[in-house]
Amino acid sequence: MENNFYISQGPHQFTNTSVQKMMKDVIIALAPAIFASIYFFRIRAVILFAVSIVSCMAFEAIFQLFMKRKITILDGSAVVTGMLLAMIMPPSLPIWTCIVGSLVAIGLAKQLFGGLGANIFNPALLGRAFLMAAFPTYMTRWNMPFTLDAVTGATPLGLVKFTQNLNINYQELFIGRVSGSLGETSALALIIGGIYLLIKKTIDWCIPLAYIATVFVISSVTNMIAPDTYAGAVFHVLAGGLLIGAIFMATDPVTSPVTKTGRWVFGIGCGLITMIIRLWGGLPEGVMYSILLMNAVTPLLNRLTRPRRYGT
Amino acid sequence: MSYDKNCAEKPKRLCANCGREFCKGLWRENPIFIQVLGMCPALAVTTKALFGFSMGMATTFVLVCSSLVISSIRKLIPPQVRIATFTVIIATFVTCADYFLKANFYTISKELGPYVPLIVVNCIILGRQEVFTSKHGVFNSFIDALGMGVGFSAVLVLLGSIRELFGFGTIFYYQILGEGFEHWVVMALPAGAFITLGFLVGIFNWINNKRKK
Repeated sequence: MENNFYISQGPHQFTNTSVQKMMKDVIIALAPAIFASIYFFRIRAVILFAVSIVSCMAFEAIFQLFMKRKITILDGSAVVTGMLLAMIMPPSLPIWTCIVGSLVAIGLAKQLFGGLGANIFNPALLGRAFLMAAFPTYMTRWNMPFTLDAVTGATPLGLVKFTQNLNINYQELFIGRVSGSLGETSALALIIGGIYLLIKKTIDWCIPLAYIATVFVISSVTNMIAPDTYAGAVFHVLAGGLLIGAIFMATDPVTSPVTKTGRWVFGIGCGLITMIIRLWGGLPEGVMYSILLMNAVTPLLNRLTRPRRYGT
Repeated sequence: MSYDKNCAEKPKRLCANCGREFCKGLWRENPIFIQVLGMCPALAVTTKALFGFSMGMATTFVLVCSSLVISSIRKLIPPQVRIATFTVIIATFVTCADYFLKANFYTISKELGPYVPLIVVNCIILGRQEVFTSKHGVFNSFIDALGMGVGFSAVLVLLGSIRELFGFGTIFYYQILGEGFEHWVVMALPAGAFITLGFLVGIFNWINNKRKK
């Protein structure tokens, strides 16, 4: 007779999710934004995406070989990191700089912290933060779409912040015909990807909602108080890296809190820091630093919001 | 990287294990890698190799001189006021070093800024007096101070060289990387110091672990 009763350790419930499946979903969700950026920035986008993905996978293999770990370049996490890294790079970035960024993202932020699942900071964002600190001139040189290095132009956030230019073409901003990092310009494509991830339940809706709502509320209030200085709420949601940050970076399951309350706090904190930097900081954009800073407090949030055991 | 081995082979007559005393500052009890003392100058002044070298030399001078004086009068110092006494003696030599740098190497002194006067609060110096000098003879203290000073200076020069190489493409102002090299601004910033030191400590521990096996 077959033994139907067996004793095993928890957890006893299983789902079908695996790293590969999650990463496949994320890659599908990133596809619209990647096509949009290739459409807007042409060959520059193709080159940077290719270099970033290939070098991320290569560094992953090299580091895992060197540290005598199991080589897992085919689980897709390095591909996703490479895609995200390229998406938050300016189009005119030299190729070798992109490779340095991949090295920092995969080597420093991911493998030296212990590999996938053990990293404190989002690898792609840490790579960008390093490049921002190391090569600020390259990282703040923006091209207009379709021009291939010919015409530089400030990002919409830069225009609003430094020239008080509040004539905003919302249609172009929504479609993505503005200067900015490769994958962040097209709000439409990012929203399509986000909806796909939400339907597939790959990401939790708490963090993006909390993040975007906080930005929306703060920018509405400041816009009401001083409409001539601060741009409106819709602008702040569509411009810059907010959507890519809220949908793809802040929801990274490794570096965001696991509890519901923690996720709300995480999203609200990201929104607060982003708006503080955007409105009163020295930089036009604050999404990167806001998510990195909140990544740093994620272990604390996890501990503070640990659910109570039933009955205690 | 086998200081201990080389040193243990040649014991001197004056003190049987003075080689050991000297070498422990270089590797086994390195002030920065193992004791993690004197972080403030190690991170702050090492933007270039020369500044790290100057800082290391100034610290070594203060460490050696104050160790000599304190170990020779260690039996006269009442234990209740020993820290104050140590501080006064250390401050004397720090003042000497500060004015020496100001008089002879004005540009370096200006670059090092307040960190030369701040040697007086460097934990390595007070730490060595408290741990070693106040309990050992003059010669042993001298060797110990010299070893610690050289170990500290070596790490500062290494840190400074790496940061200067990536931050400016030079080492000791000697052009290493070509003209086309793009300066890594981050390495000249405090963040670069933390990253480099983190890597160095990691490599140091990795070598130590390998040697233990």
